[in-house]
Amino acid sequence: MNSINASLQFVPISYYLFFCTVLFCIGVTGVLIKRNALLILMSVELMINSINLLLAAFSTYLNDPAGQIFVFFIMVVAAAEVAIGLAIIVVIYRTTHSIDIDILNKLKW
Amino acid sequence: MNYELRMINLIINLIPLFPLLGFLILGLGFNRIPAKVASVVGPGTVLLSFAGSLIVFFHLLSGHGTGGSGRIVTTLFNWISFSGFTISFSFLMDPLSLLMLLVITGVGFLIHLYSVGYMKGDQGYNRFFAYMNLFVFFMLLLVMGAGYVMMFIGWEGVGLCSYLLIGFWFKNQEFNNAAKKAFIMNRIGDLGFLLGIFLLFTTFGSLNYLDIFGQVKELNPGTGVLTVITLLLFAGAVGKSAQIPLFTWLPDAMAGPTPVSALIHAATMVTAGVYMVARSNILFVLAPATMTVVAVTGLATVLFAASIAIFQNDIKKILAYSTISQLGYMFVALGMGAFTGAMFHLATHAFFKALLFLAAGSVIHALGGEQDIRKMGGLGPSINKTRWVFLIGTIAISGIPPFSGFFSKDEILSHLFNRSSILYIFALAGAIMTSFYMFRLYYLTFHGKFRGTAEQKHHLHESPSVMLLPLFILAGLSIAGGVINLPAFMNGSAWLQSFLAPVFSDALPFLKPPEFEPGPGLEWLLVAISVVCVVCVIPVAYLWYVLSQEEERKEPLWQSFLRKIPANKYYIDELYDTLFVRPVMSLSKGFHEIGEKKIIDRFVDGIGVLVVRTGNTIRYLQTGHVGFYVFMMVAGIIAVLIFNLVI
Repeated sequence: MNSINASLQFVPISYYLFFCTVLFCIGVTGVLIKRNALLILMSVELMINSINLLLAAFSTYLNDPAGQIFVFFIMVVAAAEVAIGLAIIVVIYRTTHSIDIDILNKLKW
Repeated sequence: MNYELRMINLIINLIPLFPLLGFLILGLGFNRIPAKVASVVGPGTVLLSFAGSLIVFFHLLSGHGTGGSGRIVTTLFNWISFSGFTISFSFLMDPLSLLMLLVITGVGFLIHLYSVGYMKGDQGYNRFFAYMNLFVFFMLLLVMGAGYVMMFIGWEGVGLCSYLLIGFWFKNQEFNNAAKKAFIMNRIGDLGFLLGIFLLFTTFGSLNYLDIFGQVKELNPGTGVLTVITLLLFAGAVGKSAQIPLFTWLPDAMAGPTPVSALIHAATMVTAGVYMVARSNILFVLAPATMTVVAVTGLATVLFAASIAIFQNDIKKILAYSTISQLGYMFVALGMGAFTGAMFHLATHAFFKALLFLAAGSVIHALGGEQDIRKMGGLGPSINKTRWVFLIGTIAISGIPPFSGFFSKDEILSHLFNRSSILYIFALAGAIMTSFYMFRLYYLTFHGKFRGTAEQKHHLHESPSVMLLPLFILAGLSIAGGVINLPAFMNGSAWLQSFLAPVFSDALPFLKPPEFEPGPGLEWLLVAISVVCVVCVIPVAYLWYVLSQEEERKEPLWQSFLRKIPANKYYIDELYDTLFVRPVMSLSKGFHEIGEKKIIDRFVDGIGVLVVRTGNTIRYLQTGHVGFYVFMMVAGIIAVLIFNLVI
């Protein structure tokens, strides 16, 4: 275990940080610019996973398994969330025959 | 503490408790209690208090267990206690408070008994007795308390009961206004009284009578702070005892049921001011300037009220002005240092004025609510018993021997003569006016021919015996009440004087000695003068009001003008209306128009309008586009992050 940690720690933590930041920003951009509800959902998943990766990386560098346990929890919750999200999208599609979020603008002043 | 003393302490504590219990039973039971029970509970509790007062009275007279001081102090509990200062809930029983106790519970019981007949069939029968019992309770607190705080509790309590009972028939708006007037005018005096109490506390560090009176002897007579204290206390007395300038509430207070007028506005509550000054006798004696103010105010009130009474036409209003005038006599006596004389007159006045009011109530009862003496007349034969007791009261108040009013009034008059002959002459003039207006009232009511409607004449009836019995007892007291203080020159023992002596003994050395000591011959001469003067006006009244018919007489213009001013109460009410009521009204109207409507309302409304307008403007941010929301969210997070970086 220690030897795996040591070999992983060979890569500097800043690499993980940069990588996760980029991944997260891609996710945010996806949410902002996409009109397709399915793609937005995928972008959200991307953001969640970038955070998961970061958690795991820190967990390794600090020799603390708590971070990895968090990752498992987040993955479970994310799976449930995706299921609900997809279900909602299915319902939206059934009523509007579209998954374009710009159509969903009835709730306003 | 031995057994006997403990019994007496218990009885003293029970005296005010009975009326309070009566109030609680009748007040909480309200209309569920049948009227028969109420007519037992109401007078019964006061009778029990009277019995208790008698026991304590005889105990004190025998002198057991008082340690020679002639007084008993019992403490129920410590009420307020902090940093070396204690206000205890305690009672002081000495000759002065006992005299008041006997008058309040004795006369109070008779009036309660009378009310059983007078208020019969009234919708608020139980409520009436509840209020009356509450009044007796507070009045007992007032006179029994061992300090100014206790007195103040009673003082405010009786004011409240007075308000409740004046406005007893609350469906009549005029009666409500009278009640409010009484309450507010009393409040002006009460403010003075309260300030006086504060000043007493800062000066002496205590509010117990015995502590204060013990310390005050060390001060120099005429010290400024004493003058201020006594003037403030006297302001309270002026309000409560309806002296100039705060007297206008009392005639209006006649709106209440007649027994209320008899008990509260003649016999007991209005004498609270007299009691308070007599209780604080040493404070007042050490402030000669205040004593002068008291005497002058009293004398002015005597003449002023008596002159108004001559021209009134409402049977109860005449008696009300007469009450004000008689209270004036008491204050003259107090101001001249004749404390015993004042208390003596207080007691006899309680007898004959209660009698007169109750008899007047009997007349009103017989006529079915008529109070205007111009519509009465010739009632003598049909309500003979009432007529005789009324006559007894009239003779007593006029000061004709050997009725009680003669002795008490004569004592005040002779005291005045010894000290200041000018005051004596004015007081004598007041006595003559008293005799005149009382006999005018008597003749207009009971003599001549009947001036009411035929229906009233048909219904004329004597009151039931439950109303007549108190009248007879009070008539007996009015006749014989003078014996409690027969003056020495009539070979009397001056019992009341020696009884009250321990209370006033500290104060008397500070009084100025009288200009001269009259011998018995001069005393008899003074008596003769006042009796002759007083009796002489009776035939005049008879001539004017029975033999000649008033409405047929033609008056010269100046005479009708002269009559108009006092008949309209010297326009005092109108004067106060212009001077105080209207400015205050317009001030409040101004506050309402500007302060309330233009400032407060606008401010409060402005907040509402602002919220609505802001909402109207920024609601367009809610576009309904999910993308836009997400964008705003991200922008917000970035803004927060940047903010955190910068700070």
